[in-house]
Amino acid sequence: MTHPSPARLRWRWLVSGVAAVLLAAMAGLWLGPVRLPPGAVVLEVLDLVPGLDVDSGLDDRQAAIVTRIRLPRVVLGLLVGALLALAGGCYQGAFRNPLADPYLLGVAAGAGLGATAVLSVYRAATGTAAVPAAVPPAAFAGALGAVTLTYLVGAAGGRDRSPATLILAGVAVSAFLAAAQTYLLQRHVDTIREVYSWLLGRLAGADWGDVRLLLPYAVVTTVVVLAMRRELDVLSVGDDEAAGLGLHPQRSRYLLVGAASLGTAAAVSVAGLIGFVGIIVPHLVRLVAGSSYRVILPLSMLYGGAFLALADLAARVVDTPREVPIGVVTAFLGAPFFVLVLRTARRVPV
Amino acid sequence: MRRHALLLTAAAALVLAGCAGNGSEPDNGGTAPAGDGFPVTVGEVTLQERPTAIVSLSATATEMLFAVGAGDQVVAVDEFSTYPPEAPTTDLSGFTPNVEAITTYDPDLVVISYDPGDLVAQLNALDIPVHLAPDNPSTLDDIYAQIEDIGALTGHADEARRLIEKMSSEIDAIVAEAPERDEPLTYYFEIENTLYAYTSASIVGTLLEMIGLENIAVADDPSQVSVQLSAEFIVDADPDFIFLANAQYGESVETVSAREGWAELTAVRTGRVVELSPDIHSRWGPRVVDLLREIADAVSRAE
Repeated sequence: MTHPSPARLRWRWLVSGVAAVLLAAMAGLWLGPVRLPPGAVVLEVLDLVPGLDVDSGLDDRQAAIVTRIRLPRVVLGLLVGALLALAGGCYQGAFRNPLADPYLLGVAAGAGLGATAVLSVYRAATGTAAVPAAVPPAAFAGALGAVTLTYLVGAAGGRDRSPATLILAGVAVSAFLAAAQTYLLQRHVDTIREVYSWLLGRLAGADWGDVRLLLPYAVVTTVVVLAMRRELDVLSVGDDEAAGLGLHPQRSRYLLVGAASLGTAAAVSVAGLIGFVGIIVPHLVRLVAGSSYRVILPLSMLYGGAFLALADLAARVVDTPREVPIGVVTAFLGAPFFVLVLRTARRVPV
Repeated sequence: MRRHALLLTAAAALVLAGCAGNGSEPDNGGTAPAGDGFPVTVGEVTLQERPTAIVSLSATATEMLFAVGAGDQVVAVDEFSTYPPEAPTTDLSGFTPNVEAITTYDPDLVVISYDPGDLVAQLNALDIPVHLAPDNPSTLDDIYAQIEDIGALTGHADEARRLIEKMSSEIDAIVAEAPERDEPLTYYFEIENTLYAYTSASIVGTLLEMIGLENIAVADDPSQVSVQLSAEFIVDADPDFIFLANAQYGESVETVSAREGWAELTAVRTGRVVELSPDIHSRWGPRVVDLLREIADAVSRAE
């Protein structure tokens, strides 16, 4: 550490993070292909609060657009963005690798294989074009299966394995599962459209069921990772230093990465693969607010959520009446912004 | 890195899936009451009244809607619904539809061929009925069943029945004219120049079999409606005919003959490479009759 880094979360950062979340949420509720008066939208949302009864002046269909189409989408975007950014920050610290992302250990390939398998089997059996309800659980199982496999393969390296062993195991497992998925797709070309739109992110289809599905995992992941933020700070210095301070570096790492993977798997299962959030948001926070994970993790959650909610807003309005895949938007907006910050920042800490 | 590879594969594949048919069962369950009386229930959808503001996000369904005489009830169709010419084409998307954008037409019935996520659930949440009619027939009966459904839902059950009778008598006539052969003629039906082809299990396979043509791509299960063949396999099978569904995207007799090793194929040497008219090979509605006639004519001209 060549610079003094604030170990404590500063209030102004926290406040601006919360403000960003609120702003993104309001924008997400206000704007869309259908024009609605902003004031009425606010009243309509207030009306949802138990005990409050306000008349927004919107007709039934407009009210449903706010509460049943836009609101679950905004909430899911915030949750998924927060989880992916948290998982990304956690991975980068646990592996001391600035390029680590939430999909590092095979989550993406596993989820893709799970979804593809269910879609092709289902299509072959029933012939319907609908996306069956079994897809999210299958993607979840695939993602967790892949991470478990990566752990087993990585652990085979023995006692003196380095963090890199786990990363390499992740690469191998990902390649294998991606190949299996491609083979399945080739066998069932007719499911490609469903698999494609599912994988590229499906916040467009968000409903409260998705939010309910994701919430318990989001809570577990957040509690575990945030509770271990100090261990992450020590780990990011080095395993020897961590051991010197009385920590079991490998045990802490496995616990952290396990929790982050659980959250990622749940996020992927409801929202598909959304890239960039997990790698860019933690780095941006690090550049601006300091390199302690006690700061990076909570801020990454706030800004990650806000970023994804805004990206999703762009996804539904820039090419209206079409939806742009959310993964395209996150990379398209995120990459130039990140380059800008990289160029203006004085230092590039990890 | 792997994400990018995935994206590319998926993007390329999407183009394909757009033209490829999708296998299997019909979307059945049409129970139209006598006459055109509403309420009408088809599958999951019940309409209390005759719909007057229909949005169609399926090119096939659009052709069916107009063919059964429900054209003046249609207020908007998606970007690929280009036939008939009077269809009110908009830039709505059937692939990546936005539910809010659909509601701006204030529809009382939305017809889709594909649900990219929870589109049906979302529209139902807005009290908009949705008829999901997958464009993946494997037999003529599948197509007839869909026309019946569309007719029932729009209050044109009688016209739908007459349309089906007309289609089937025209198809019978084309089939009757096809000569008897000891050896069936073989064909390769190209969707994409990466050698994706319709198989024997597809609707194309079903139709062409009726006029005595045999697909070189034999499906090993009924859900496999299209397949990527190897060039070797095609050269070895040496089909009598090559049908180009991708003629509208630039493939032609010339480009096929120029492919390495293809100049010696029987179909190429004898001038039996057929460039098909646009769209009729990917919209499984009333115009399948046109597709069958075009192919039957090409075959009889070549003989």
